[in-house]
Amino acid sequence: MHEHGTQEHGQHSEVIVPVRVYVLTFIALLVLTAATTGVAYIDLGVFNTVVALAIAVIKMLLVILFFMHVKYHKGLTRIAIICAFFWLGIMMTLTLSDELTRTWEMNPSPWSVIVAHIPHLARLLF
Amino acid sequence: MSDAALSHEAHAHPPGFAHQFETIEQQREAGQLGMWLFLMTEILFFGGMFTAYTVYRSLHLPAFEAGSRDILEVQFGATNTAVLICSSLTMAMAIHSAHTGKKKGVTMMWLILTMILGLTFLGIKLRFEWYEDYIHHVVPGFGFQYRPEWASLGSQMGQVQMFMCFYFFMTGLHALHMVVGIGILTVLLIMTARNKFSPDYVAPLEISGLYWHFVDIVWIFLFPLLYLIGGRYPH
Amino acid sequence: MSTATLDLPPAVPAESRVTYLNATYGIKSWLLTKDHKRIGLLYLATITIMFMFGGLAAFFMRLHLIEPQGALVEPETYNKLFTIHGIIMVFFFLVPSIPATLGNFCIPLMIGARDVAFPKLNLLSWYVFVTGCLLALVAIFSGGVDTGWTFYTPYSSTYSHTAVTWMAMGIFIAGFSSILTGLNFVVTIHKMRAPGMTWFRLPLFIWAMYATSIIFILGTPVIAITLFLLALERTLHVGIFDPALGGDPLLFQHMFWFYSHPAVYIMILPGMGVVSELITAFSRKKIFGYSFVAFSSIAIAVISFIVWGHHMFVTGQSIYAGLIFSVLSFLVAIPSAVKVFNWTATLYKGSISYDAPMLYALGFIGLFTMGGLTGLFLASLATDVHLNGTYFVVAHFHYIMVGGAVMAYLGGIHFWWPKITGRMYPDLWARIAAALIFLGFNLTFFPQFVMGYMGMPRRYAVYPAEFQVLNVLSSAGASILAVGYAIPLIYLFWSMRYGPIAPQNPWGAKGLEWEAAPTPPPTENFDVMPVVTEDAYNYQPLKGAHHSV
Repeated sequence: MHEHGTQEHGQHSEVIVPVRVYVLTFIALLVLTAATTGVAYIDLGVFNTVVALAIAVIKMLLVILFFMHVKYHKGLTRIAIICAFFWLGIMMTLTLSDELTRTWEMNPSPWSVIVAHIPHLARLLF
Repeated sequence: MSDAALSHEAHAHPPGFAHQFETIEQQREAGQLGMWLFLMTEILFFGGMFTAYTVYRSLHLPAFEAGSRDILEVQFGATNTAVLICSSLTMAMAIHSAHTGKKKGVTMMWLILTMILGLTFLGIKLRFEWYEDYIHHVVPGFGFQYRPEWASLGSQMGQVQMFMCFYFFMTGLHALHMVVGIGILTVLLIMTARNKFSPDYVAPLEISGLYWHFVDIVWIFLFPLLYLIGGRYPH
Repeated sequence: MSTATLDLPPAVPAESRVTYLNATYGIKSWLLTKDHKRIGLLYLATITIMFMFGGLAAFFMRLHLIEPQGALVEPETYNKLFTIHGIIMVFFFLVPSIPATLGNFCIPLMIGARDVAFPKLNLLSWYVFVTGCLLALVAIFSGGVDTGWTFYTPYSSTYSHTAVTWMAMGIFIAGFSSILTGLNFVVTIHKMRAPGMTWFRLPLFIWAMYATSIIFILGTPVIAITLFLLALERTLHVGIFDPALGGDPLLFQHMFWFYSHPAVYIMILPGMGVVSELITAFSRKKIFGYSFVAFSSIAIAVISFIVWGHHMFVTGQSIYAGLIFSVLSFLVAIPSAVKVFNWTATLYKGSISYDAPMLYALGFIGLFTMGGLTGLFLASLATDVHLNGTYFVVAHFHYIMVGGAVMAYLGGIHFWWPKITGRMYPDLWARIAAALIFLGFNLTFFPQFVMGYMGMPRRYAVYPAEFQVLNVLSSAGASILAVGYAIPLIYLFWSMRYGPIAPQNPWGAKGLEWEAAPTPPPTENFDVMPVVTEDAYNYQPLKGAHHSV
């Protein structure tokens, strides 16, 4: 029998996920959506953003693990997803390391000049 | 006779088998890996816009909050989120039904439901959000008008237009991906009608499902980052 | 001659066998092919044409610069020339060069597969690439672009009245082609290796192509979104990157360089992979430190993503970010140096023959080392303040791109030419051309290090008279280089019809593509699917050859 080479195999065995799992995931996603919408109406200061992102990450994980079957696939798929997010993190982190640590002042934005020419707004500002 | 020829005779050609592969299992794994790699590129593609959004939001939070709170309407965003979550369920059910050998009509029904939900998403967005934004002059590049309540932002007022730029670019790019997804679903519908799928061969459905779920995930992040940052609690 | 003492089977004339070249005839059989070998040749033709456009722009530039006040064109036109030269050479020649031609051709052969994982996607990638090229040509012939290949804002987004949007779309589409290629390669290498071909028996060219493909997948989407935003900004007159409208031009530069720095590693890594093949074949010796070279390819790909800010030291970037990027840029030099040490150690006590491919490989090692070392001056914050924006930078990257990548590309083309065409090229002319290219290259670009250090700015259409001698030397070198490039073009074409028929393994090289596949291969690559039982580069000493082991 001609064996099929030395590639990785056996990590994508044909899993049939039960419908129950799909429905539970679906309900969880709807509940979390309601939660994140509701929390937006409560003042938690800076934690609004933290909670919103945390909920979004959990929803994403639910979709990835159950709808996209990653819970049932080990190895390469998980590495690929982690790499993509890690690289996105690199882009964000190092860009922000510049954008947020500059010590020079931006020149006064010409917005004040532009706004000054719009009558009903200029009246409010100046 | 050569080994290659022997192996061809040993495997009856399963449906959809491509000859550069040795086995249908190898082909299936290759297809899955290929789609995941493509989704990696999509993560970086949308991620570029998320990065730019993060930079400007970090630097100009009050203006972004004003744009989100005063222009975007949570009920449409939340409804659309729910619509997409439903569509992910129907997509998963479509694959499930093909995988478990249900009649092709069942699979087609799930695919059609997914398409309808996708079109609903686009319809809500186009009619109740973008069109309304257009006639209320808050579309950058199409007669954007500043509102008096933003005057308190002072020189940062221009960042409200920046926020709306990101709103339209990000949701626009997402909508473009939805349209492509609906196109893919149409193709899948036709393939299902032509009996191309069986419990042994569902690869195109599976990898299209991965794409559809990914588009759902992008929206899962867009919703809070665009609609829910506005400090919608009473100040 | 290296083949004289080898036991090789007699050459079977290619015409009497069915190969991928004669299996089917007609233009449709080429334009609708799914054969990775034919697709590699389609790419070869396309990028050769694009190289000529880019080379023509350089030709006019060097001609213009023989006079301090400019000898040829208006300054506005000069701006368009250096922009078009950069864009074409980077996006439409170097980025696809080795991957789409030699990569497409050799990868399945080297790993023992019948084709890549997704042959139809492979063909699509070529059509997508051609579309990108056509859009770029539309941009060029409808007035050109004058922003520099770096498209810095707000000039490119607001003030330039040239065909920026067309060009941005062309690059965007060509980028999609490279994503598809990279995706195909990663899946092929993971899933389609022959029995016995474990990861650590792979030729180092495959490791280099895998690392390159990682960069394709992770980096290209970011340039895509950046150019997409630029195009939107230009069309809608909004201000993502325009400071007058509240945007940050440095954000554009961050996003642009997040891809474009790894892009330079896309351009060099495949060349390094080719050099590993050439050095081992023409010293008839196992590579020194196989796993170090393999892992350094991956390390280069990974570290390449965290150094991009070194292009922005003098732009107003935060000094803290500058510090981080400077340190990381020193780090990326280490795996490159490891490779140079290992190639040199491979040469030591090897049985060296100086065929044309080897001349290119040896040239690569010397010139890449110089280019790499000069990069350290640019990575260092203080010296970069002086050298940024001068010809020192221009010389640095040309040593790597031309002295490195293009020479490796030519070396690879010559090495695998017999496998691709079934013919040998004329050896003497090949060596003459290699020597001319080496000489012409150094005469062109070494003076540029000097003039840059002395302060001559880059992208300037006029310059102070004190730099004229160096400029004239550089232009003279460029004309020699042009002749050097023209010669292989002629004899390679000639050899396709009139060259001597090649034996299966004219170099006596190890590797499945030489030992297990006919020359040229049939469409399915192998008559018998190979099984791998030995490590890569398992060269045995030649029979009767004087050697010390």
